[in-house]
Amino acid sequence: MRYIGKEMSRVDGVAKVTGRAKYAVEYKVNNPAYGYIVQSTVAKGRISKIDTSKAEKLPGVLKILTHQNALKVEEEGRQFRALQSDNVLFCGQPVALVVADTFEQARYAANLVEIEYAKEEPSTDFSATPRVQTRGPAPRGKPAEEFANSPVKIEAEYSIPIEHHNPMEPHGATAFWEGEKLTVFDKSQGVYGVRGHLARSFNIPEGNINVRSLFVGGAFGSSLNVNYYPFLAALAAREVKRPVKLSLTRRQMFTGHGYRPYTAQKVSIGADESGKLRSIIHEASTNTSSYEEFAEGTTRFGRTLYECPNYDSPYYLLKTDLPTPTWMRAPGAVSGAFAIESAIDELAYELKIDPVELRLINYAEKDPETGKPFSSKALRECFTAGAKKFGWEKRKFAPRSMRDGDLFVGWGTAVGTWGAFQAPATAKIRVRNDGSLLVGSGTTDIGPGTYTVCTIIAAEALGIEPKKIEFVLGDTELPKAPSQGGSITTASVGSAVYGAAGEVRRKLLGLVDKKEGSPLFGAAFEDTELVDGMLRLKSDTSKSMRIVDALKEGGVEYVEVEYQSRPSAERQNYTTMAHGAQFVEVKVDESLGIIKATRVVEATACGRIINPLTSHSQEMGGVVWGIGMALHEATEIDHRYGKMMTTNLADYHVPVSADVFSVETDFVEEKDEIVNELGIKGMGELCLVGIPAAIANAVYHATGKRVRDLPITPDKLL
Amino acid sequence: MTDHFEDLHDAEGLTADEEKLLDELGLEGESRRRFLGQVGAAGFSVFALQLIAEREAHAAGEVPLEPAAERLPLENAVKVAFKVNGEQRSVTVDSRTTLLDTLRERLDLTGSKKGCDHGQCGACTVIADGRRVLSCLTLAAACEGKDVTTIEGLAKGETLHPMQDAFVKYDAFQCGYCTPGQICSAVALLDEAKRGEASYVTETTGNRPAKLSDDDIRERMSGNICRCGAYPNILKAIKEVHKGEETAATWNFAKPGLLDKEVDDETV
Repeated sequence: MRYIGKEMSRVDGVAKVTGRAKYAVEYKVNNPAYGYIVQSTVAKGRISKIDTSKAEKLPGVLKILTHQNALKVEEEGRQFRALQSDNVLFCGQPVALVVADTFEQARYAANLVEIEYAKEEPSTDFSATPRVQTRGPAPRGKPAEEFANSPVKIEAEYSIPIEHHNPMEPHGATAFWEGEKLTVFDKSQGVYGVRGHLARSFNIPEGNINVRSLFVGGAFGSSLNVNYYPFLAALAAREVKRPVKLSLTRRQMFTGHGYRPYTAQKVSIGADESGKLRSIIHEASTNTSSYEEFAEGTTRFGRTLYECPNYDSPYYLLKTDLPTPTWMRAPGAVSGAFAIESAIDELAYELKIDPVELRLINYAEKDPETGKPFSSKALRECFTAGAKKFGWEKRKFAPRSMRDGDLFVGWGTAVGTWGAFQAPATAKIRVRNDGSLLVGSGTTDIGPGTYTVCTIIAAEALGIEPKKIEFVLGDTELPKAPSQGGSITTASVGSAVYGAAGEVRRKLLGLVDKKEGSPLFGAAFEDTELVDGMLRLKSDTSKSMRIVDALKEGGVEYVEVEYQSRPSAERQNYTTMAHGAQFVEVKVDESLGIIKATRVVEATACGRIINPLTSHSQEMGGVVWGIGMALHEATEIDHRYGKMMTTNLADYHVPVSADVFSVETDFVEEKDEIVNELGIKGMGELCLVGIPAAIANAVYHATGKRVRDLPITPDKLL
Repeated sequence: MTDHFEDLHDAEGLTADEEKLLDELGLEGESRRRFLGQVGAAGFSVFALQLIAEREAHAAGEVPLEPAAERLPLENAVKVAFKVNGEQRSVTVDSRTTLLDTLRERLDLTGSKKGCDHGQCGACTVIADGRRVLSCLTLAAACEGKDVTTIEGLAKGETLHPMQDAFVKYDAFQCGYCTPGQICSAVALLDEAKRGEASYVTETTGNRPAKLSDDDIRERMSGNICRCGAYPNILKAIKEVHKGEETAATWNFAKPGLLDKEVDDETV
């Protein structure tokens, strides 16, 4: 491999460090108007009166949209749609949109919209909410009976508060109409989803709409669902007959795009004295809204984690008068792993068995849920490599046994898993006779480096230097690819690019293989390769032809192919997953309750690594997210008003530079020919999954205190 | 037509579990069948539009290109003249307008980012008269006579500022949205160090070392949030520019060359 697996700087790096990369509301459009959203101040009830007259009189105000004058759209399931009725479903619901000549005018006018409500009592207190069981997999074996019969038992309850994605770029869109044609620049993880949503909203053909998301300033799941604001931006643009820029404020984001739900879990583990697991009962409840059911599969990945013959994972929903939650990085998996991997650590201490050892005792050689083999699973090697790098053998087992001066030192570990998914994806390649090369696919790049890895894959498969390739994405004019999420992009879109490159080779060969005298006359497709800008025979590399010459020979300006890749049928015979062992050191100042995660080692088995530079950055990001989840992040709610309170970056704490220290990655590559041709698994979620549990386990090791309610803030240690 | 869909559906090779999960993740599901019907129909005409997006989106219409603020009488209009990236600029703004919105909406300098608009995230950081300031908390009206440098003003032509180079080299960003603010902060930080200014964690109060410790750099950069979590790489980039210290990669292949070797064996 010439380019795959080698470090490469981001192809969009210069654009990002010079400020030239344009995000959703940064495009220069003709004579823009600015939108500003007015939100409900109550959580439940009806709008009894809405008076826009004062606001309308302000200079610059062009239009104020409310439920009384906004276009009504057909219901799409029970997804929230803005300005459709007087019904208030949650505090912070958009109830009016002011459009004005300037941002300052719109913001001020928004303050002058007068609204009265017929209030009802909201219910947001999770502990007071009745839970409703959802459908889930049937129990494996006889979990309750085997738990009761187990000689060693752990039973513990864990909770995780609501958390918010807080990408740095606020959600926003720029929309304009040219006749019946609508263009929207949106902060989105999936341009096709936004296009379909807008087409249904305005009842116009999808072909009349172009949605673009060329750069996305982080999203982490918050732009997977189509949010309510692109419709508002497009509607406002139609009303005022001008382009409209509409951004949520940071505060509005907290109720504008969903969040990681509140999660309560109970784990019951039964084991025998040797450490063998006999039964796990993993129960989870997460909150949803009053109008939509959102379940994230908190208990899903636990079922394949260990060899354990008896397993049950009931899942419940709590209906609240809050907006609907959504997917947030490693949805379900990280929340579930916090409970399961904390409980396994508790079991290790109950049994006095090293936490790594206990996990290896219960290592699942095949999928315990289905009995299928794993397509590859180098988790054992991750433990070996990670433990070595971390220095695990120097760990003293007892809590409070390791010190660094006045600080208590704790070492913890946990396993992370995530599915190695692939979805159908299409890519297009055009090779021109001037040597330039365009590759495109309608996915997005919210930060992991899709622009770069797809360029690398194209370069490898086409035998052309990366710098000569332009890879484009984030546009509904490009062939359809799945939204960026669930760690599926490189496996899906990368496979499409790889496949398309093969088709380019076939077409190029077709231009020259029938011409006598051509060095490639009569060549078999299987015996050809593209290397160094040449099409050549594998069996005799002296028989070659420059790609540009092949095009000339064929009398064509360019060759173009579109190729759709799909997951192979063979995958069905296997369970395809990515695994990781994660090791964390914390240092705890007990007198102040301050915890620092001073050292993290991620040992990761996720198939083939395309670009270790950007992959390591993802690992780092996962660690930082894990630190946030374990130690900092919480959205507090005042249940008297049903209102989220910590809706800004001063009150909602995310890790900053001073909270993050050493992060190292060991890539334990797997040769996996089942997952896809290139052997790619995803990693963007995986790297986060085990971290919060590993930190909590390290805090226990340091202090002897088992904190089961995140985040582990100083008050919980004092 | 239905049969056609069914055929494709069967050929996809998703297990029932995968299908369900992808559906639950909002990545596939209902939309998939529509998608399959469309394959091959998408145009390829937009290739020219893309990557750096320097080419702008223009809506049709007879109205002038400038924002309305350029044309309309404003309430509380304030005329401000200041230097931006070495160039003298003069704008008339609504007195409520921040420096950030002036840069982004009036001067077409969208490199400075709006992350929170409340001075809590650092994405809007620019350098004014040699010091980093939060442009979202700075009114344009207060900038009369100031000399402002934004991310667009750091490179000399096509030659990047050393800090920009180092950010690319160490992959000190992912989504790139906080990056201009991080870089402006980092560049201003170098001068703070030269001036001997203390931070909360600076140890000595007398003769300060000319070079900042890692902890000091972390502390001084903690006003700039990076949600993608590139902090360790940002530290490496700053160290290289500040101290000329190159930092080794913090990743490795546990079994180096494993795949390379095997795959090459097969293909050669």
